[in-house]
Amino acid sequence: MTKMVKTLKEVQEGIVEDFSMYDEWLDKYEYLIELGKGLAPYPEENKTDDRLIKGCQSRVWLDWKMEEGRLLFSADSDAIITRGIISLLISVYSGRTPEEIAADDFSFLDRIGLKENLSPTRANGLVSMIRTIRRAAESNL
Amino acid sequence: MNVEEVRKLFPGLSGTVYGKPLVYLDNAATIQRPACVIEKWNDLSIHHNANLHRAVHKIAAEATEEYESARDTVRAFLNAGSREEIVFTSGATASINLVAFSFGEAFVRPGDEIIVAESEHHSNIVPWQMMCGRKDAVLKVLPVDGDGHLRMDLLESLVTDRTRLLCVAQISNVLGIVNPVKEIVNICHSKGCLVLVDGAQGVVHTGADVRDMGCDFYVFSGHKVYAAPGTGVLYGRREQLDQMPPYMGGGEMIETVKFSGTTYAPLPGKFEAGTQNMAGTPTLKPALELAEALRDKELTDYTDKVRDYVLNALLSDERIRLYGVPRGTFNKIPLFSFTVKGAHHEDLALLLDKMGIAVRSGQMCAEPLMDRYGVTGMLRASFAPYNTLEEAEYFIKSLDRAISMLV
Ligand SMILES: Cc1ncc(COP(=O)(O)O)c(C=O)c1O
Repeated sequence: MTKMVKTLKEVQEGIVEDFSMYDEWLDKYEYLIELGKGLAPYPEENKTDDRLIKGCQSRVWLDWKMEEGRLLFSADSDAIITRGIISLLISVYSGRTPEEIAADDFSFLDRIGLKENLSPTRANGLVSMIRTIRRAAESNL
Repeated sequence: MNVEEVRKLFPGLSGTVYGKPLVYLDNAATIQRPACVIEKWNDLSIHHNANLHRAVHKIAAEATEEYESARDTVRAFLNAGSREEIVFTSGATASINLVAFSFGEAFVRPGDEIIVAESEHHSNIVPWQMMCGRKDAVLKVLPVDGDGHLRMDLLESLVTDRTRLLCVAQISNVLGIVNPVKEIVNICHSKGCLVLVDGAQGVVHTGADVRDMGCDFYVFSGHKVYAAPGTGVLYGRREQLDQMPPYMGGGEMIETVKFSGTTYAPLPGKFEAGTQNMAGTPTLKPALELAEALRDKELTDYTDKVRDYVLNALLSDERIRLYGVPRGTFNKIPLFSFTVKGAHHEDLALLLDKMGIAVRSGQMCAEPLMDRYGVTGMLRASFAPYNTLEEAEYFIKSLDRAISMLV
């Protein structure tokens, strides 16, 4: 089993700190775009309708599996900024135990201003992504 | 009139977003409201707030006067034959649904056909699908070509003696090409098929002379032509409207009501059941007067310049594919839907938003057209007479910046 160096909260604090360096929203987006470009590849054959998340203007596929008591997430989108957001979520939640995820309130997203600064349809997409992650955790408790 | 004078008429245009001046290029979704409309709306809500046609008191009479005088304005604006042919609704969607129901009840039999263009807004597709379902009728499609022009060569053979109605936009909200409505009407009428024209985008850009066009129905929404939201118009030929049953039953649409049976009010009251939009509908008067004033030569020349600038900038950029390319005598309004190679429309819209530019992204209520071009969505910039050349230049520059951030 891999040893977790940082706690969930610590990873979130790191992201909040990264984002606080940018005053301009365009710079935050530039950062998200970079994250999006670096997202780990997602298998084409897993881009199926049952993995498609509703509520986004762009298409988002989110998949998960349990390995050694930890949830592993993988995801993709046809929009790069959404991929950046996915990359953030995966860096925080993938590899965590269902208990850790179920106990989290996802409020770090509000603190980096992600929720209110995304378009209404995008915010809905984010909400749907969070719901899927939370459900995966709850169904594996 | 010059563009700076026009901008002063619209208080919303001086707004800022994220500390940057607002560049509003989502005019095809809804246009900004001028002060004269807002004042009329306020004045009616404050000083003339009374239900229409019902009471004898002074403010009710004034409210009714305002409402009915807007009908005269609309009649003149559309050059309709009589005020009875102007029905007020809550918008283009409501007008189309009214026709789909009432025309369907009166004229459509099992096996009959309705034609819609491939480029129609969902509002001009779904009501017809619903009606065809109810009536066992067949919905047929008039396709568009790669450049976004209606396949006029197919029209003759598509219209048969079973075709009751063809429904087409004067100007598509995605393609921005002025459709050859007069020619369509001629072909359809020669085969006994009637024509409904969706003027939602046309009314503000080119206006409409329904008698010159020869169409049988014409619909538009107030909010896209400077008037209050929740207002709309259905023009219908008296001959048809008279034979069509009411869409909704309720107050004001009746002549007498008995439990043994009800008779209906004459036109247009028959189609205006219930309390109407008494503060909104009268704003059509200042709104349409302004629309007409803004078609003055100086301003139209300027708007054409803005359009040509954006058109050339988009067409000469190899990363961009524009849908709705003008050709020959087909005119284009300053409305541009496009996709960018390697960049998602939603990403582009988000970045442009952060630069202060409001554009539309997505399917634009025209999913069949998106499928036709094999895309999941597009980006759309639509200009109004108050948009300046500087805004157009800023848009093109910002678009370039957004694209280079993404690809
Ligand atoms: C061509 C066209 N038809 C119909 C509509 C529907 O108008 P409304 O939503 O105001 O009823 C629109 C507006 O989006 C449109 O652009």
